[in-house]
Amino acid sequence: MTTEQTRKLIVLAAIWAALIFAPYWMVPLGGYTALATRVLVLGLAAMSLNFLLGFTGVLSFGHAAYFGLGAYGAGLTLKFLAASTPLALLLGMLLGGVCGGLLGTLIVRRRGVYFAMVTIAFGQVFYYIAFQWSSLTGGDDGLRGFSRQPLDLGLFKIDILSSANYFYFFVLFCFALAVGAMGFILRSPFGRTMIAIRENERRSRFLGIPVERHIWIAFTLSCFFMGLAGALYALVNNFADPKGLHYSQSGDFVMMAVMGGMRSFWGPLLGATVFVVLQDYLSSVTVNWMSFVGLLFVLVVLFFPRGLLGFLQRSKA
Amino acid sequence: MSIIRCPMTLLLLFNITNGLIVGAFYVLMALGLSLILNLSNTINFAHGGFLVIGGYIAYAITPYIGFWGALLIAPPLTAVIGLVVERVLIRPLYGRDPLYSLLLTFGLAFIIEDGTRFIFGPQGKPVTIPPFLAQPLSNDFFFITGYRLFMVAVVMIAVALLFVLLRYTRLGIRIRAGTLDLETVAALGINVQLLRSLNFAVGIFLAGLSGVLAAGQLGLEPTMGTGLLMPSFIAIIVGGIGSLPGTLLGGLLIGVASGLTAVFLPAASEAVIYVMMAVVLLMRPRGLLGEEGMMS
Amino acid sequence: MTSFPPRIERRTLLKGAAALGAFQLASPFIIQARGETAVRIGMVDPLTGVYAAPAGNEVMGAKLAIEQMNAKGGILGRQVELLVEDSANDVGTGVQKARKLIERDGVNFMIGDVNSGIAAAIAQVTSEKKILHIVSGGHTDSITGKDCKWNVFRVCNTTRMEANSVSSVLYSKYGKKWHFITPDYAFGHTLYDACTDDLKKLGGTVTGNELTPLGTTDFSAYLIKARAANPDVMILLVQGSDMINCLKQVVQFGLDKQIHVAGTQQELESLAALPPEARIGVWMFEWYWKQPGVPGVEKFVADIRKVNKGNVPTARHWFGYASAMSFALVANKEKSLDAVKLAGALENFELPDDVKLQPNKVYYRKGDHQLMTSAFVGEAQSKGKDDPEDLYRVDEIVPGNKTAPTVEETGCKVQWPA
Repeated sequence: MTTEQTRKLIVLAAIWAALIFAPYWMVPLGGYTALATRVLVLGLAAMSLNFLLGFTGVLSFGHAAYFGLGAYGAGLTLKFLAASTPLALLLGMLLGGVCGGLLGTLIVRRRGVYFAMVTIAFGQVFYYIAFQWSSLTGGDDGLRGFSRQPLDLGLFKIDILSSANYFYFFVLFCFALAVGAMGFILRSPFGRTMIAIRENERRSRFLGIPVERHIWIAFTLSCFFMGLAGALYALVNNFADPKGLHYSQSGDFVMMAVMGGMRSFWGPLLGATVFVVLQDYLSSVTVNWMSFVGLLFVLVVLFFPRGLLGFLQRSKA
Repeated sequence: MSIIRCPMTLLLLFNITNGLIVGAFYVLMALGLSLILNLSNTINFAHGGFLVIGGYIAYAITPYIGFWGALLIAPPLTAVIGLVVERVLIRPLYGRDPLYSLLLTFGLAFIIEDGTRFIFGPQGKPVTIPPFLAQPLSNDFFFITGYRLFMVAVVMIAVALLFVLLRYTRLGIRIRAGTLDLETVAALGINVQLLRSLNFAVGIFLAGLSGVLAAGQLGLEPTMGTGLLMPSFIAIIVGGIGSLPGTLLGGLLIGVASGLTAVFLPAASEAVIYVMMAVVLLMRPRGLLGEEGMMS
Repeated sequence: MTSFPPRIERRTLLKGAAALGAFQLASPFIIQARGETAVRIGMVDPLTGVYAAPAGNEVMGAKLAIEQMNAKGGILGRQVELLVEDSANDVGTGVQKARKLIERDGVNFMIGDVNSGIAAAIAQVTSEKKILHIVSGGHTDSITGKDCKWNVFRVCNTTRMEANSVSSVLYSKYGKKWHFITPDYAFGHTLYDACTDDLKKLGGTVTGNELTPLGTTDFSAYLIKARAANPDVMILLVQGSDMINCLKQVVQFGLDKQIHVAGTQQELESLAALPPEARIGVWMFEWYWKQPGVPGVEKFVADIRKVNKGNVPTARHWFGYASAMSFALVANKEKSLDAVKLAGALENFELPDDVKLQPNKVYYRKGDHQLMTSAFVGEAQSKGKDDPEDLYRVDEIVPGNKTAPTVEETGCKVQWPA
């Protein structure tokens, strides 16, 4: 094994160890388990977005819509269909992914800033549907009256509702599955093609790669992952509301990805951690937290465009 | 009263006219946004923020120089602020992925909203308009107030001036040329940086003007910019990105569409503009008056 | 606007380091080494977003209460700390903040939120965690109705109390054909239901109901429809900036000269943001600062002026004040911080003069935990006769037990923990 490979393995082991033991080291440090869960869910969302943004190079600024759809899918399942947490997750993921796939056909031909505009606008369609179809979604008050259900594993039940730690581990399990799938896809020939498109779209086209179809598949996959993250978010809050679909939420996701480092697989998770913890902290100490978050956006864009990981790698090299 | 004789036709007529008035306002916002998008390749998320700045400047100076003075002074002041923002924050980002300018203006919108709340307080502020504007012109057409007509007039004048600027002045011709092919314009020895700055300032001027007009119509709130931004976005997409006449058409169309929907299905009056956008993108991906290839 | 005094050490820390963003990662976790002696009241309110003005005022009122109780020896001889969190008018954030206050900061009591949806969502958390919770400013009926909880009490009126207080006045004064402008969310729907029930009982008719999305800026399309229906009175149920925009347009269109314009809940925050000519109509206020001869009111007004840039208090100031004071009063009376015990003691608990700040008897009703607080029915005025701050003329102060439906009618059945 080369030293590079060893180093990678060590880093990977460190990441997973930190995640697995989060409930035990966060609380003594003054955090709380619910915050760790939130970091994990939003981190998954940021990684899903980055699957498209960082590895295909296509800027979607409306991904919160699929996140929110996942949340409503899970919530509606638990409320009206069946009291089953896995089913809720599955249907939430499907709702986000299928809607993303359908809209994807309309927008894959756009590029750059126009892709961003059209994704924002279509994202807002779902926002308004959630906001105004109050008989189904609860409108501005949000979808209430459901809660995550204990996991029934046949032999025994795991109570993820009242135990914050058990729920964290359940979320971590889902997170691991999704992240594993993402890593697998990125290593496959398809993943390599995505990166080729990012690096030079024209050349890829000349090589006979059906660029639009690849972008569509990447977009759709990313929406599926986003839907899963959203479904988990609904379980975190026992609640779904239209704000989760709004473009300002999309902006937060893009920020997490950029702040952590778009070009690296784990960057968005780091970005989400910093963003969530910082926002949580700032909004407790000052009512003017929005200025600080805004300032963070400006500073990252001007001085750390490659994100924290990009910055670290560069200063090391 | 005539309304009672034939309520539905008149209701429709009312709402179409009213939609045009509302649309005119979207047009003003959208034109500024469109100018900046076309030349700087920047989606200015802070456009609503600049509208709020324009409105609050007007609010702050009205007691000293009156509404008319504020109408004249506030938009150029906003444009100056815009110019500074462009110089310091946005200029370093030209040539980079559009993602960065988007994120930057997104953060800027946060700062502006919070800043206005910090300076002027969260409570809404009324802006006094000249009394003769603040009343309806006729009893039947009560929704056409002097102020609304005045707004439409101001929008028409601003749009006319803008088109004159773009068609007949050297600056305007360069802006249009830059929209089509910036590289060639630069190769011809034109200072592209300066061009972009001036263009940005014109765009922000329009935002400031919308702010003053909105302040008189709606009053002021630190959060008001966000709600007005999205319709302008849609106006641009529907009309066709890259086409200013398209933006004009798009703004008026979505105004009328939401006015009409409010009669039949009020709950959908905001969603309808998005539906319209989806239909346009399906039938004619480049937008109504957009040029081929502009959207990709 | 200032931050929250009890946490200055954290704020200073923040100022130096905030710019460094990323390196802040560890700092939120340092803050554990505070004395555990203080009693903590958590408050979640939308300090940013469209309800920022009323929320800020509620916090101001609560802060005043904390100052006063600390000067008198606090709760059970311990000092009281107020920890304020911004819900940003977003339910997810609100729930998160409530969990944080309970799990990390270990608050003993909870206040919040202005937004009914967030208030109800927080109530789920507080009852799960067994924390005594007072809803300061969310009006939707269900909070002390079918979704009521053993630990949740409410200071502001229910929508039904608001409707009941003013309906008969509107009917006798303005006429029997009503047209509604209703905000399209739970608060609006319950308020509309309450008003129409009253109207039916009185024998009037509804000519129509315009459901307007939250955050509507242009009401002309709805106003055109409303006028075409030719009602006697147009009832505006919208709130906040929607109310301001709607009233403004009503006056600009000259509709107030053709149709009576009125409504139920009106707030001083809204009237202050309106141009003088648009301060019209019959409404109910939930509290008003000008109550000559009522004990304690003048002092309260003077105290708030000191911290409110010289401005008079609104109903929201009083909500925050009364909510925080209720905790201190009941805890000191029972000599306990136990949530179940205190919740039991708050049932039929009567507020003293210097807290209720109104002439009628004010108490938390046993059964649904709703505060029986008065409705100040009256008329908006562009300027008071001898006082430019006096934007409202109170005609009648209706006691809460006259406006509230019975406990059975609210549908509330409190389930106490085993």
